[in-house]
Amino acid sequence: MSYTEKDIRELRKIAATLRGNLIEMIPAGKVGHLGGSSSIMDVTAALYFKHMKVFDDPKDPRRDRCVFSKGHAVLAQYAAFVELGYVSHEDLHKVKTLDGTLQGHPDMDHTPGIEAVTGSLGQGLSVSLGMALGLRVDGSASRVFAILGDGELAEGQIWEAAMAAAAYGADNLVAIVDLNGVQATDTVDKVLANPNQAAKWAAFGWNVIEIDGHDFAQILDALDAAAACKGKPTAIIAKTVKGKGFAFAEGKAAYHNAAMNEAEYAQALECVKKMKEEA
Amino acid sequence: MSKMNMRKAYGEALLELGRENKRIVALEADLGKSTMSNMFGGEFPERYFQMGIAEANMISTAAGLALTGHIAYASTFAVFASGRPYDQIRSSVAIPRLNVKICGSSAGLSDFGDGKTHQSVDDIAIMRVLPNMKVLSPVDYYETKKMVRAMTEIDGPCYIRVNRNDVPVITDPDAPFEFGKVKQMRDGKDAVIFATGFMVYQSLEAAKLLEADGIGAKVVNVNTIKPLDVAGVQAAAKGMKGAVTVEEASVIGGMGSAVCEALAEGPAESRVKTLRMGIQDRFGTSAQKYDELLAEYNLTPEDIAKTVRNALK
Repeated sequence: MSYTEKDIRELRKIAATLRGNLIEMIPAGKVGHLGGSSSIMDVTAALYFKHMKVFDDPKDPRRDRCVFSKGHAVLAQYAAFVELGYVSHEDLHKVKTLDGTLQGHPDMDHTPGIEAVTGSLGQGLSVSLGMALGLRVDGSASRVFAILGDGELAEGQIWEAAMAAAAYGADNLVAIVDLNGVQATDTVDKVLANPNQAAKWAAFGWNVIEIDGHDFAQILDALDAAAACKGKPTAIIAKTVKGKGFAFAEGKAAYHNAAMNEAEYAQALECVKKMKEEA
Repeated sequence: MSKMNMRKAYGEALLELGRENKRIVALEADLGKSTMSNMFGGEFPERYFQMGIAEANMISTAAGLALTGHIAYASTFAVFASGRPYDQIRSSVAIPRLNVKICGSSAGLSDFGDGKTHQSVDDIAIMRVLPNMKVLSPVDYYETKKMVRAMTEIDGPCYIRVNRNDVPVITDPDAPFEFGKVKQMRDGKDAVIFATGFMVYQSLEAAKLLEADGIGAKVVNVNTIKPLDVAGVQAAAKGMKGAVTVEEASVIGGMGSAVCEALAEGPAESRVKTLRMGIQDRFGTSAQKYDELLAEYNLTPEDIAKTVRNALK
């Protein structure tokens, strides 16, 4: 075990801070991807603040890479980047504005810390595979983490990449599926049922780990197990709650990409305050 | 006149680049024997990625390789290298201006037997419209070799379209390739023919036919389709009584369109009547011989000469 109880407590605090940063970007009346950003927030916290090799210089060649293939959840990354010093609170307020550095979807040219251009769904796992193969050619010890949405798994390219990553034994690649069960229109089951994810990834030749994506001990254990697995890539199927942490939004497709009203925003602030107190 | 193969030029140039530069990597999608990228794979298996019949994944994987500092050459047939993975090229490669070099092999009608699904009529147009993309179209073996090498030096994404068949060598092996510059292949006082790829040879043959009738046809090789040498195109048309564009691709949005845009926006003395030759808004079809297909699509020297005469009317 590579972590302590103190680490877990620390991550809870960080995750609360990140959820605070998240709603700072989407005040009442501003449309943003609240649901999918908060479902992946605990995994994001564990990656950037405990598991990944991260440096003050976001371009440090020794770094591990994290690619949000579900690019609409990039707000979770921006929330983390503030704490890493890559962007400022001022930047957060200018998200999705002409003179801002934070685009609506991940853009490496605009934002330090972003590794690729993603958001056209289905491509990020392939890009991550290319990075993993490139790092392997260079003899680098750096690893690559691809964050996938469960709605995104309807994209055929995901499975092309899954096939290729296994064929190349890309053990420096980890795919983390944010299994929040809800996509833009409705639940994943109702939009286009795509069940049995663990069995599917296993059938493609991946090492598969199923976890509760809001339990830091499980997240860290899974990441450690992925690092220890040799010869095949690892898929971490993280069961999550869309809108996690914001009671009024939890599990609801309506908050996939919406603006909160004043009352909801007040509730969101209250939720963050409580999270920080409890952490 | 000797005939040589552009695919062989691609394979050889890639192999030479691989020997000179360890940052070069290559990908294929089960057509490396045809695109001849497998020459690279034979010598550098650790830098060669067989991606199977999965072009979308090949292009985005190439983007990932570029993001770790490699120069990634990805090849397959032109239809599968352009239209099929279009959004992967757009999002993963072109937006972030990555060093992914895409080879559209067996381009145009050159895969004569395989028919419409395998013949690229639209690749020039759809690659040209992409911001940050550069589009190259060589005339022969030697120009292909030089372009494939030049693509390593050009920062950002490139698309090169390569003919499948042995075609006449019409360039000097020792003359440098100038990226972004049109090249006059023959002078003429009456009309200018802007051509690209194998159609440059067809146009030179057409110019000979016209010469017999006392018509002087200038032939200009538009080997860099994007960025287009706008000033060079305008200068070549200056004072001419007619112009013709010839390409083995759709006349909609391709090289001919680019030339017309340049002429329309140019000075009055360059704004000459221009007729576009190429594939006239239709798909390809199977034929037993390449020549047969070129005749079906009105892309023979005789067709070009006739169109030049029409432009002069």
